Amino acid sequence: MNLLYGLVYLIGAPILGGIIIGLDRKITARMQSRVGPPVLQPFYDVLKLFEKENIVVTRSQNFFVFAYLLLMALTGIMFFSGGDLLLVIFAMTLAEVFLVLGAYSANSPYSFLGAERELIQMMAFEPMILLSAAGMYLATGSFFVSSIAAATTPLILLLPGIFLGLLYVLTIKLRKSPFDLSATQHAHQELVQGVTTEFSGSTLGGIEIARWYETVLILGFVYLFFGFNPLVAVTAIILTYLLQLFVDNTYPRFKWALALKSSWTVALVLGMINILVLWLYFKGGL
Amino acid sequence: MNPLVFLILFPFLAALFLLVIPRDKIRRAIGYITAIIILGASIYLLYGNFSSTVQYFDLGSDIVNRAMLITEGLIAIYIAYMSLKFRKYYPLVLIVLQSAVLFYFELTMPYQAEILNNLFLDKLSLIMALIIGVIGSLICIYSFGYMREFHEQHREVKDRRSVFFFVMYAFLGAMFGLVFSNNVLWIYFFWELTTICSFVLIGYTKTGEAMNNAFRALTLNLLGSLAFILAIFYLGTSGGSMALDQILLMDKAVVLIPVALIGFAGLTKSAQLPFSSWLVGAMVAPTPVSALLHSSTMVKAGVYLMVRFAPIFEGSAPGVALSLVGGVTFLIASGIAISQSNAKKVLAYSTIATLGLIAACAGVGTYEAVWAAMFLIIFHAIAKSLMFLSVGTVEHRIGSKDIDDMEGLVTRMPGVAVMMLIGIAGMFLAPFGMLISKWATLRAFIDINPVLFGLVAFGSGITVFFWAKWMGKIIAVPRAKEIVREKINRDEMAVLAVLAILTVGACVSFPLVSHYFVEPYVLGIYGVTAQLGQDNIMIMLLMFAAVLVLPFSMLYFRKKGKQLPAYMGARPSAAGRFSGTAGVEKELSLNNYYLERLFGEAKLMKIGVVICVALIVIMFLLTGLNYAGVPI
Repeated sequence: MNLLYGLVYLIGAPILGGIIIGLDRKITARMQSRVGPPVLQPFYDVLKLFEKENIVVTRSQNFFVFAYLLLMALTGIMFFSGGDLLLVIFAMTLAEVFLVLGAYSANSPYSFLGAERELIQMMAFEPMILLSAAGMYLATGSFFVSSIAAATTPLILLLPGIFLGLLYVLTIKLRKSPFDLSATQHAHQELVQGVTTEFSGSTLGGIEIARWYETVLILGFVYLFFGFNPLVAVTAIILTYLLQLFVDNTYPRFKWALALKSSWTVALVLGMINILVLWLYFKGGL
Repeated sequence: MNPLVFLILFPFLAALFLLVIPRDKIRRAIGYITAIIILGASIYLLYGNFSSTVQYFDLGSDIVNRAMLITEGLIAIYIAYMSLKFRKYYPLVLIVLQSAVLFYFELTMPYQAEILNNLFLDKLSLIMALIIGVIGSLICIYSFGYMREFHEQHREVKDRRSVFFFVMYAFLGAMFGLVFSNNVLWIYFFWELTTICSFVLIGYTKTGEAMNNAFRALTLNLLGSLAFILAIFYLGTSGGSMALDQILLMDKAVVLIPVALIGFAGLTKSAQLPFSSWLVGAMVAPTPVSALLHSSTMVKAGVYLMVRFAPIFEGSAPGVALSLVGGVTFLIASGIAISQSNAKKVLAYSTIATLGLIAACAGVGTYEAVWAAMFLIIFHAIAKSLMFLSVGTVEHRIGSKDIDDMEGLVTRMPGVAVMMLIGIAGMFLAPFGMLISKWATLRAFIDINPVLFGLVAFGSGITVFFWAKWMGKIIAVPRAKEIVREKINRDEMAVLAVLAILTVGACVSFPLVSHYFVEPYVLGIYGVTAQLGQDNIMIMLLMFAAVLVLPFSMLYFRKKGKQLPAYMGARPSAAGRFSGTAGVEKELSLNNYYLERLFGEAKLMKIGVVICVALIVIMFLLTGLNYAGVPI
């Protein structure tokens, strides 16, 4: 494990994440024939949020967001320091649960709805990401991110099904349509702002920063498939993100049942079959 | 006196006292004292055997064996009498068959004479003894206050508390006997005792539903016992030994049939699909009974036996089938838990799911899997007893077991709410106990069986959903302030606090638990052991520190922010109400999602039962083929 990389993540991820979101908004605007905001707009937004008054429904709610931000950063540090992939996934779940609890604690209809849907999304997401970890373990013999990233074989060739499956559920984590069920940047009247409805001011800013951390972490997962060549990896990450943007702008939102069923089907078909083949190849002596 | 013999006999002695003393005050005093003695004795056992690995005790005598046989005969007569009285014929048939095999075996083949070391103590029995001694006696202490309230609130139920406490304490004795016995016939004897104890406890209220469920529990457990006695019969007639340590040393191919039968018995007792209905039905009993059945006794007897025989399951075809039964049960039971709003049923299904995970580990049988299974047993026992007792306390105060009625407990009953939150966190959140074990499970499974890994991967996503929404209900700050005034019994609160501390303590000290208990056992059996990497331990403890310190930041956040009512579609309305169409004001209530159409109990149960029955049939087919000499 190398804590230096973790430290770089701690400081660099919000900057990189903010820029990615900025580019995201710019490209999305262009896809919709708008000019779009400046690339640095997310930073302006967050700085402005920190100057606003903090309004709460219940006084405990902001605590949960603080925990969410802290644990999300910690998760990223674990990942970029090269820690155990399964532990990273569990830590990410822990962080997310805190956000959901914050939404519950406000006890408002909109944030409640967002919280329940966020949990459904987590349930949709978790099997595939765990299967990805299993696939990487089978391919490299280690659960440690440091060993997986250092693998010289192109993992993408061994894990094509898992990569496609992960692409599918990444949309959930990036909060993009068709999976923007629980919180969204676009207006959805029955949702308002989902989990984030009752948060304001610096707390909302905190959620935004956590999202930057999360985006970089998620893209880090994509990197692992192409660890054999950093240049290819970065290209792959850019293409992945562009694909997500394209899907975001062309697909209507799913209902929760379809979101859950389709993610699980993808995990079962693409993920499990890939794992079975790999397992038979490496462990079953085929 | 040998501490093992003391731990087995003393609870029975205490039980007799509780049975004959009519006055509640004196009975309670005796109950407390004896529970504390049991607790102390089990800790003394730990103290005295901290560094030893395995010890055997030569205690056999013909008189003891005779006494056991006579007791078994009496139990059979009692069961037959009850079955006839309530016109339940399945248990009657089963007990007749079983007794016939048992008595034929005991009277014609005096095998027990060969065994000298009837009792033994190793790290696994030590862990089990600690769970029974500490958690079991805490539940007993809790139950005195609970049962008094129970009878105040349920006047219609006849007060049979002396019988209740008699059976509760006897249960502990039976469990001690089960985990200390090296003689399979002795294990069988205590196994029967736990079955009959749970029968009496589930049927405590004597209502129609209670009796039905008690008989269902009896029938399914007798089915397991029948398999158990057949296993013993097979061992005896094929010249095998009756000693546990000898059986584990025998040729795998020879003992596979009896071990598969015992595995089947384990599945029934630990309420795996398709036998799970008895544990869900057992919910009709007073809550301390559920706590006892789910955490430290009964179901743990089933998984204890499976974990004991794990080395024989390792790499065998029946082992694969057994582990798949466990894995499928984990997935299905977790799914059903989503659709339940009754807190006790959610807990029941989560118990079944966790036991499934343990059974899967036992079926896999590698050293890593056994390591994980032992941790699952420890953490589950502590957190689950805490959860049941908290739910029991809340139920008596708010008059409901429904999770949606627990909204805002964090301000209504802050003390118990915190205990519940710790308990729930202990069940599913990193870096608490169960998650450490689940992590170890995943690591153990991926090398052996990727299908099991898949089952756990899907199941763990589900667990997050149903626990987190429960947590959310508890911490949702209610709009209207309504504080539950009734005071909570000090003793009940003390028990909850101790269990909460144990939940947290077990998580902090898990590297030590691993080093001093779990690793020596695994090392003794397999010659190798699983360990946690230094880095991972550091990460876990770091996360743990974060989770423990974070709540203190509440002190800061509590003061911050201007308070406004929740957003109600930009239409101003009074707290707890909303203005609907045409200016109608309505009461606001929020209920959790239960996703009935996807995760309905009846639907999932049907799927699970079909798969698991098929797997069990395959398990026996493969065992039979193996016996016939077909290489598998």
